Amino acid sequence: MRQLRVYQTQAVVIKQTGLGEADKILTLFTPDLGKVKAVAKGVRRPGSKLGGAVEPLTHSLMTLAKGRNLDIVTQSQIIDGFATLKSDLWKVSCGFYVLELVDAFAVEGSANRDMFELALDAFRYLCQDEDGGDTILRHFELHLLSMVGYCPQLHRCVGCSSSIGSQRNFFSAEQGGLLCSCCGSRDGSSHILSLRALKVLRLWQKSSYPEASRVKVDGKLAEELQQVISQYIRYILQREVKSTKWLQELKKFAVDNTRRGVYNARQSSKTVSDERKLCRLITPGLSKKFNA
Amino acid sequence: MIAVAKPLERLASELSKLPGIGPKSAMRLAYHLLYSPQEQSTALAEAILSMKERIKFCPVCFNFADGDSCPICQDERRDPSTICVVESPSDIVPLERMGRYKGLYHVLHGTIKPTQGVGPDELRISELMSRLQEGKVTEVIMATNPNVEGETTAMYLCRLITPLGIRVSRLARGLPFGADLEYADDVTIGQAFEGRQDL
Repeated sequence: MRQLRVYQTQAVVIKQTGLGEADKILTLFTPDLGKVKAVAKGVRRPGSKLGGAVEPLTHSLMTLAKGRNLDIVTQSQIIDGFATLKSDLWKVSCGFYVLELVDAFAVEGSANRDMFELALDAFRYLCQDEDGGDTILRHFELHLLSMVGYCPQLHRCVGCSSSIGSQRNFFSAEQGGLLCSCCGSRDGSSHILSLRALKVLRLWQKSSYPEASRVKVDGKLAEELQQVISQYIRYILQREVKSTKWLQELKKFAVDNTRRGVYNARQSSKTVSDERKLCRLITPGLSKKFNA
Repeated sequence: MIAVAKPLERLASELSKLPGIGPKSAMRLAYHLLYSPQEQSTALAEAILSMKERIKFCPVCFNFADGDSCPICQDERRDPSTICVVESPSDIVPLERMGRYKGLYHVLHGTIKPTQGVGPDELRISELMSRLQEGKVTEVIMATNPNVEGETTAMYLCRLITPLGIRVSRLARGLPFGADLEYADDVTIGQAFEGRQDL
């Protein structure tokens, strides 16, 4: 019988799909081997040794055995389970978004330590975050794009190489950077980029996250930044990033709740009667039940 | 190419579409059916056809049902004030085997998977919400699988349901019976500590 070669690596599980009755095929992201596909045997049974250590959004130290087609996970130990991230609906959804981008941009069998660290940092910052995670995601996206060779040009016009002034500028996803007002007005696919957004993008592109997080970004600016970058990513991937839809849905859900005054009221309501008042506020039809 | 009679080959190729059955096993099964009595094959074919024709979704809980609604929803002895939310019909089986739960169920048919584009609209969530709007339910038990996607779905549903004034609970997580503490992972031990109970 052929001797199995065993190796050890740090990994984050990006994706998992069921295999047979109790096994799973994992897509791992590792610092030295890029994306690796591996089988985790028996993980769907309760009491499996691997269990929680092969869940997505978990940084683990894994021992894998080289298999004929897919490698086999023989041991896995959690380094960081990012428990705070997983216990918050919004944060875990941001985490899924990061994983999807990593999956889209990482390459099988190609080392990328920086990208691995960048993803782990994003998870760590999301765990500590209290501002909604938007800056973390944008910072992650910009640096990820730089690492894979799609760093947007934000200092010169990509059309005529002229320097960019404070007049009306455009961003072209197709050309991967800024267009001056002259080139931009001729390019139908580009969109106007506000001066504020440009300044923030330039700063975030070259700074670490702690520095980037000092910039106060209001709702409108955050929306503009999100749209510019996601449009660029969509152009590069030639498809939608699927988790974006879910993030938008959650945002809309939070906004709707706040508008109804539910979200804030819920934070303060502790007693059953408060809950009932709240319930009447949201669904008038239900009040009958509680009045009875 | 090995010469095999056409009908045999056709059966083998259909069987090989089943999960876990490769071309060789499919051929072995096909030969087995060929050698077995006629009645056995007829019974198998009829069972498959009647299953496909008769099994429908229960319009209340979306479990598989033979006819209009599933036996659990039809049973009047069951408590309509609690609903246990599960991912798939097969999850109801172990819960029923336990025999201690007397409430009703609701099958979501999946979990929220943001990276695969599966959101609440692809699941039976709006149907669950309209069941809750009727006002009979006092508790919803989340029995989605204890993994990241199952937790995400449970958290999302909890946000939707709690404003209705209905209690939302989650199945306990922790050490499985008969397991060795030495081999338990940090997440499980952490959850077992959080959920510890007075003796």
